Amino acid sequence: MIHAIEADRLVVSYGNLQVLRGISFTVPAGQGVVLLGANGCGKSTLMRSLNGLEKLQSGTIRIHGDTLSGAGRRDLRKIRQSMGYVFQHFNLVPQLNAFQNVLLGSLGRQRFGLLSCLSLTASAADRAKAMHCLDRVGMADRALHRPSELSGGQQQRVAIARMLMQDPRVVIADEPIASLDPKAGREVLDLLWRIVTEEKLSMLCTLHQLELAQEYGDRVLGMKAGRVEIDAPIAETDTAQLNALYTGMTRVDAQPTEAAA
Amino acid sequence: MPNRQRPPHERSQPASPRFRAPSALTWVVVVGFAAFFIQGIIASDISVDRLMRGANNLVRFVGQAVPPDFTRMPNIADAMLETMNIAIVGVTFGCLFSIPLAILAARNTAPTMLVRTIARFVISVARTIPDLIWALIFVVTVGLGPLAGILAIIMDTIGFAARFYSERFEEVQKGPAEALTATGAGRLSVIFGAILPESFASITATSLFSVEKAIRSAVTLGLVGAGGIGVELSTAMRLFRYDQAAAIILVILVVVIGFEQLSSMIRKRII
Repeated sequence: MIHAIEADRLVVSYGNLQVLRGISFTVPAGQGVVLLGANGCGKSTLMRSLNGLEKLQSGTIRIHGDTLSGAGRRDLRKIRQSMGYVFQHFNLVPQLNAFQNVLLGSLGRQRFGLLSCLSLTASAADRAKAMHCLDRVGMADRALHRPSELSGGQQQRVAIARMLMQDPRVVIADEPIASLDPKAGREVLDLLWRIVTEEKLSMLCTLHQLELAQEYGDRVLGMKAGRVEIDAPIAETDTAQLNALYTGMTRVDAQPTEAAA
Repeated sequence: MPNRQRPPHERSQPASPRFRAPSALTWVVVVGFAAFFIQGIIASDISVDRLMRGANNLVRFVGQAVPPDFTRMPNIADAMLETMNIAIVGVTFGCLFSIPLAILAARNTAPTMLVRTIARFVISVARTIPDLIWALIFVVTVGLGPLAGILAIIMDTIGFAARFYSERFEEVQKGPAEALTATGAGRLSVIFGAILPESFASITATSLFSVEKAIRSAVTLGLVGAGGIGVELSTAMRLFRYDQAAAIILVILVVVIGFEQLSSMIRKRII
């Protein structure tokens, strides 16, 4: 069986600091996996390396069977096209309105890149699709607003619409609700999970709220200091076990003395 | 704009760990500066007597310049128009060339380190050579007239605008560019889709500054024969027609101030 994400003994270092210390896991197609872990345990680095934004020191990543590590530029772009990425800080282009931001989601598959993604030049089909994506996240009436005119939750919805526009098969969500208040956060997470289920996508999503993880995730992946500590179906874990991820030496840059203190 | 020389005390400031006694270095710099300064005063032969005579001459110049003689106004207007043509055409091409050059020179958009080094070298050459010297070079290569002026303004604008554009590109927040990269977009699409839109306001402001700067330097370019109102001014001065010169200077003043007002008005709107 071909997994959506297959990571095998990933090692990533910044200078002398080893951030990922041999991480292996798989995300089967169609599964929503929640990644838990304290700040500084290497979650973001892991997410970024899955998209090729971070260079691996060793190990292999396969996305739907295609090897990402060591892929050439063209192959890397092709793999990235199949992978939607939702960021903590939304990362919309601030000068462009919501509609144009969503259109940019199709950048990867356009033959002429940006030239066929501008609101002015995009094909009628793409324009209609972008509107449809905005509609699905409930932002169709805000299509002409710039990100600065939208609330955090609304910006993340636009970012999800951009991800939808991309037609991905697997979604990486790096703390998608960490910058939102609890209510907006839950709404966005609801929306994200509903879309992922409806489209039968696979997803790896980092969260900081254990109760949300238990509520939404199919499986949980727990990281601590650059290693995988827990990898189990959510039903087989208990809160104490998850809480243990946040105590003791959690950070990759922790000094033994510091942890003892 | 002339290159600003860093004042000597600033140069000695990076409390260079290489020097065990930074105070000695400061001492050397201060003494060196003082020696240079005194030598400069002696060499330029400044004396109270000369200053007095200079003041007398200034009064005589003003006396002859007032009232300004506007009889040659049609010629002056023509020359002023040519000056503005030089400035606008030069600055437009200069800004257009600056964008690709800035993309090659900025850390986050340059394709390779080598290309970046070359682009930065080109920009700094364009900047270090003053506009009048560019004009002299182009008068020699393409002959007297406005074309030399336009080329000089292009080089001068590149030295200024490309540098500020590329610095702005480097300051752009990483997130949006990363988001587009993550969709599988190519390099150019990321640059033009995320980095340029974010820098747009700053690019416009810098370009307007370049226009102001270009008009001011286009005025002086005529002095070395590169076309425009400077030719008129230097002729009037050489013929001791100070009243005509005064008229030309007044016209320059009005146009330059008018332009600066206009451009600062636009800048306030966009920022």
